[in-house]
Amino acid sequence: MSSPEFLHPIGRLLLRVTATLAGVGVTLFGLLLVTFVIARVVPVDPVLAVVGDNAGPDLYDRTRVELGLDRPLYVQFGLYVSQVARGDFGMSVLTSRPVTEDIARYFPATLELATAATLIGVLLGVPMGVLAAVRQGHWIDHLVRVIGLAGYSIPVFWLGLMGLLLFYAELGWVAGPGRLSIGYEDIVEPVTGLLLLDAALAREWEVFGNAVSHLVLPAGVLGVFSLAYIGRMTRSFMLDQLRQEYIITARVKGVSEARIVWRHALGNIMVPLVTVIALSYAHLLEGSVLTETVFAWPGLGSYITSSLLNVDMNAVLGGTLVVGVVFVGVNLLSDLLYRLFDPRAR
Amino acid sequence: MSLTAWLLEEAPRSRLQARLGQGYAGWRLFSRNPLAMAGLAIVAGLVLVAAAAPLLATHSPVAQDLAARLTPPGAAGHWLGTDDLGRDIWSRLVHGARITLAVVALTMVLVAPVGLAVGCVAGYRGGWVDAVLMRVTDVFLAFPRLILALAFVAALGPGIENAVIAIAVTSWPPYARIARAETMTIRNSDFIAAARLQGASAARILWGHVVPLTLSSVIVRVTLDMAGIILIAAGLGFLGLGAQPPSPEWGAMIAGGRKYILDQWWVAAMPGVAICVVSLGFNLLGDGLRDVLDPKQR
Repeated sequence: MSSPEFLHPIGRLLLRVTATLAGVGVTLFGLLLVTFVIARVVPVDPVLAVVGDNAGPDLYDRTRVELGLDRPLYVQFGLYVSQVARGDFGMSVLTSRPVTEDIARYFPATLELATAATLIGVLLGVPMGVLAAVRQGHWIDHLVRVIGLAGYSIPVFWLGLMGLLLFYAELGWVAGPGRLSIGYEDIVEPVTGLLLLDAALAREWEVFGNAVSHLVLPAGVLGVFSLAYIGRMTRSFMLDQLRQEYIITARVKGVSEARIVWRHALGNIMVPLVTVIALSYAHLLEGSVLTETVFAWPGLGSYITSSLLNVDMNAVLGGTLVVGVVFVGVNLLSDLLYRLFDPRAR
Repeated sequence: MSLTAWLLEEAPRSRLQARLGQGYAGWRLFSRNPLAMAGLAIVAGLVLVAAAAPLLATHSPVAQDLAARLTPPGAAGHWLGTDDLGRDIWSRLVHGARITLAVVALTMVLVAPVGLAVGCVAGYRGGWVDAVLMRVTDVFLAFPRLILALAFVAALGPGIENAVIAIAVTSWPPYARIARAETMTIRNSDFIAAARLQGASAARILWGHVVPLTLSSVIVRVTLDMAGIILIAAGLGFLGLGAQPPSPEWGAMIAGGRKYILDQWWVAAMPGVAICVVSLGFNLLGDGLRDVLDPKQR
């Protein structure tokens, strides 16, 4: 599909962006439809969940009408969409707070964990991938391949348990499960919800140190998976670039090897690399469900699973929807970055 | 004429000879790759262990022996030790192989045809059919798989059957995408036009010409996905939403050993090793198959 030629490049970009946004709108609508359908097939009676088992038929019928369950399905779906649009996911049975409030409380912990893991993945994965491509057959090359394979083969929750066994129980290098040790809790006033940031802002360096010690292991475990993906992709992108003719030209001109690799080749893969990093970030949300369970990390993932085990459907669907929206958002962002920085994609 | 010469004849005289010759050439390429052969060996091993589970197991997978609970590996005839109820971990692993294999096989049987059908129809028909089907695919791709599977299990209730259904519902979109992309490259070929001019129906063209050509890409992707499916099934089991106790499903076994991780590490460690080995096997096999079946990689 080619855009009209008479448009200014920026105009063409805007046209594409509008089309992408429309696609995202349809996807979000689909997300809502899927969660709505899931909510309808649940064998739990939503009225009974509100009124309790001992309610009389009067109360039952009244609540049923109040919840809008006597209306046709499409009306119910409309009600559901308008509720969600207002940020109302209903009440959580488990915590007796609005689900929105719960999510706002738990989300920063997941954000902190996923960000730390991505940082590990990028800071180690990119240089390792570059070196693996430059020195094929070198031990770094083999290491990147082994980690790449391991990242697709090891269950994240098992790696977490083994990490706890080795680094917490045997070696004592890191703190155990949770975000803070007992005695460090409630010292720092939550401002952003990101514990490291809050502690640094409040200049509570002991709390900061304790939080880091709790964060290192779960972030490291998730980071292995981020590293696997980013390292593997960096390696293959770099191999592709190093075969190009401009590299030979640069060599002939006498450009130093370090400059060729780190400036020319790496500079050229930055755009696809950003997409890969964004994708791995979005996938960490998935890994965080299991990791948070293992490390008793009070984030969105453990919120969803604990709600699940208690058949707290409002909380499950609210959490699922938020994760879906974040996932779509991150993908959209990487897509826009790609279009913005790569003139060929405009 | 020797068998090898017959197989590799330049001008095969029958369809059978051509097929077998192609298969043989593929196998020669495949068997030269030691990692792919290792993967094949692991997957074959899984099938054998699952088939011969009652013969290989030294104990019953569910029999409890509270006097021998949490026995370390190697002691008292328990090669890999026992869990908190005194059940032999080796025997449970061996029987768990059946569950893993069943999950993988069932998902494949449910998912590959759906993905193929959606993708081939969307790619062949194009237009609004394509637009609608691909939008639906995008919606499913927009959720992280595990989270969507969790939501489905929440709706259907915990259990291994529901876990398989949930995994299947979340697994088909990538196959649809691949099949569609392949179909679109085939759709405008001359031989399809020729078949159409001879009066072949859309169903016949799809089934007789398009599907066989897209099949190899889908097979490669399915094999590579098996590891992911095993990991998701184990994850659901670990969270208590997949196979229910006392089923010797590997993920559920890790969950059972979690309480004892600090002192009796083997209870959680052993099933994890089994999961790692089997997923590694599928990954290696898939990589090897891709090298053989995907001509674009050569």
